Amino acid sequence: MSTLDQSLQGLRDTFRRDQVWPFLAPEQAQVDVGNQMILYVEGLNLSFDGFKALNNLNLYVGDGELRCLIGANGAGKTTLMDVITGKTQCDSGTVYFGQNHNLLTKDEADIAQLGIGRKFQKPTVFEEQTVFDNLELSLKTDKRVLPTLFSRLSPSEIDRIDEVLAIIGLRKQRFMKAGALSHGQKQWLEIGMLLVSDPRLLLIDEPVAGMTAQETERTAELLTSLAGERTVIVVEHDMEFVRSIARTVTVLHQGSVLAEGTMDQIQNNKDVIEVYLGEEQDDEGNLAGVMA
Amino acid sequence: MIKLLNWFSAGRTSGKYTLPFVVILLSITVLASAANLLLPQDSALYVSTYSITLLGKYLCYAMLALAVDIIWGYCGILSLGHGAFFALGGYAMGMYLMRQIGDRGVYGNPLLPDFMVFLDWKELPWFWLGMDQFWFAMVMAVLVPGLLAFVFGWLAFRSRVTGVYLSIMTQALTYALLLAFFRNEMGFGGNNGLTDFKEILGFDLQADTTRVSLFLITAILLAVILMLSQRILSSRLGKVTLAVRDSEARTRFIGYRTECYKVWLFVYSAVIAGVAGALYVPQVGIINPGEFSPINSIEIVIWVAVGGRGTLIGAIIGALLVNYAKTRFTAIMPDGWLFALGALFVLVTLYLPKGLMGLYGQLTSKRLTKGEQEAAS
Repeated sequence: MSTLDQSLQGLRDTFRRDQVWPFLAPEQAQVDVGNQMILYVEGLNLSFDGFKALNNLNLYVGDGELRCLIGANGAGKTTLMDVITGKTQCDSGTVYFGQNHNLLTKDEADIAQLGIGRKFQKPTVFEEQTVFDNLELSLKTDKRVLPTLFSRLSPSEIDRIDEVLAIIGLRKQRFMKAGALSHGQKQWLEIGMLLVSDPRLLLIDEPVAGMTAQETERTAELLTSLAGERTVIVVEHDMEFVRSIARTVTVLHQGSVLAEGTMDQIQNNKDVIEVYLGEEQDDEGNLAGVMA
Repeated sequence: MIKLLNWFSAGRTSGKYTLPFVVILLSITVLASAANLLLPQDSALYVSTYSITLLGKYLCYAMLALAVDIIWGYCGILSLGHGAFFALGGYAMGMYLMRQIGDRGVYGNPLLPDFMVFLDWKELPWFWLGMDQFWFAMVMAVLVPGLLAFVFGWLAFRSRVTGVYLSIMTQALTYALLLAFFRNEMGFGGNNGLTDFKEILGFDLQADTTRVSLFLITAILLAVILMLSQRILSSRLGKVTLAVRDSEARTRFIGYRTECYKVWLFVYSAVIAGVAGALYVPQVGIINPGEFSPINSIEIVIWVAVGGRGTLIGAIIGALLVNYAKTRFTAIMPDGWLFALGALFVLVTLYLPKGLMGLYGQLTSKRLTKGEQEAAS
């Protein structure tokens, strides 16, 4: 085929009548979870000055799943969340939210508006503003400048905030400044800020760090009650906690997935034992101790 | 339209000090004006035209401080170059006043201002065209600072430049403009700037009535801008602004495009500074490149810090007090002012981190708790 033919063919393809040019096609706002999968992470690579933070990482998370990510420090858990939420650019790989949203082409605000909420390791709430205002800011609304300037709280929005205040147990503190809350309450407020925005996928980084046993228990209840309707990915070091909530656990090691399965499968997994305990020991009780 | 009115009226409930403050401000203004125009000169209560002009100048500074407080106190953007927007607004007004001189200049040229005749220019540069129209000059006084702020903000905030780097850039911006406006080739009167104004809209600039009117207009505009800003900052947009100040990353992760908020707030603030500059020039009678000087911009920040960041009214009070002190101090000990200003800044930073408004808040809350204790016992 001559070059002319080739270019003609290309031209014909460009102007085919049965297709819409990609830039003219309306962007589908709905997340397509036709295959029961909500998050596709494939071949993700990222290095910081030669250190491979993520190394050909593949991860698939089903719609409505509650997934725990565990791994030692530097295994790439937080970095993975950074890439998913658009904070960090990766070197190569793909991240899809549903089948139709390529997250790597979007910025933090876009990703948040798609329905991916994130809780940081250190609780970050707006300390100078009241608990209520914190939740109001997180509502799922039009977040452009002018609509925000003229927006008013609708009764249904107030109801929604009240509902979330009840879930996170901060009803009495609603007009308190968020900075005056205790550490555990801040953690909950941050989870509440995620909930009020009605997200599809929640990324939760160390939700029970610094919580009392009782608070931890309530957090576990809260997270398990969310799964099903929403997809939840939890990063946590507290093995007790992971055991109490996890259905599927993914172990990360040196930037890639080492093992995946139920908690029991993980604890009996040879690779995991090798990495965490060395070869001479394979007692599962000790494993939990070391990993915690 | 109704929506807009609702929106304005809703603002009156928040910021409980705003309305009383506006009432006090406007009544003092009206009283001072009446004392100047109606009382005989030898009366004890007579306010001299010099004082009126001085007060008008302070109010322009107060407006400028308000502009800085909006972005620094509420959004955490420390601009050390707001004098640039003020000066640009001032130059727009200056150009209009210059064209109003007409053939009454030293050289009697009906079209060209004196400094152009002196430089042997034959025709008016393109950017002076239309400046003989008052409305056009006023549009420029708002548009030019706004546009500069938009371009600067767009580039800086989209690249996520924050903190001290941004402050240094704003400082560089005003310094670059200072150097540019010093050049005669720029066509803004070079070193001498624009001066020797005769009249505004046909009113003699030296007349008492014109002076008083300018003073009144400044006070009214300051009140309007204060109420508008209070309203904007108490809307949800204000909450987003505070959120950006306290944790920009978190704000992004809940879906706000923070750079847009910062750019528009920066533009709003620059426009206020431009208006302040335009009101300043006819009252002091001169605008020269000195207004772009970085030290001016730093002074504004000190006014705001003294009054109290993030309080709006505090910024106004700070600007009025510090400038009054400056007038007094420079009369007694001209060389000492900069030292006094520096000392003031250090003292405020160390002992009054929330400024005078913070001090007032502390005192009232102490009195309240004391009262409660007494009531309890």
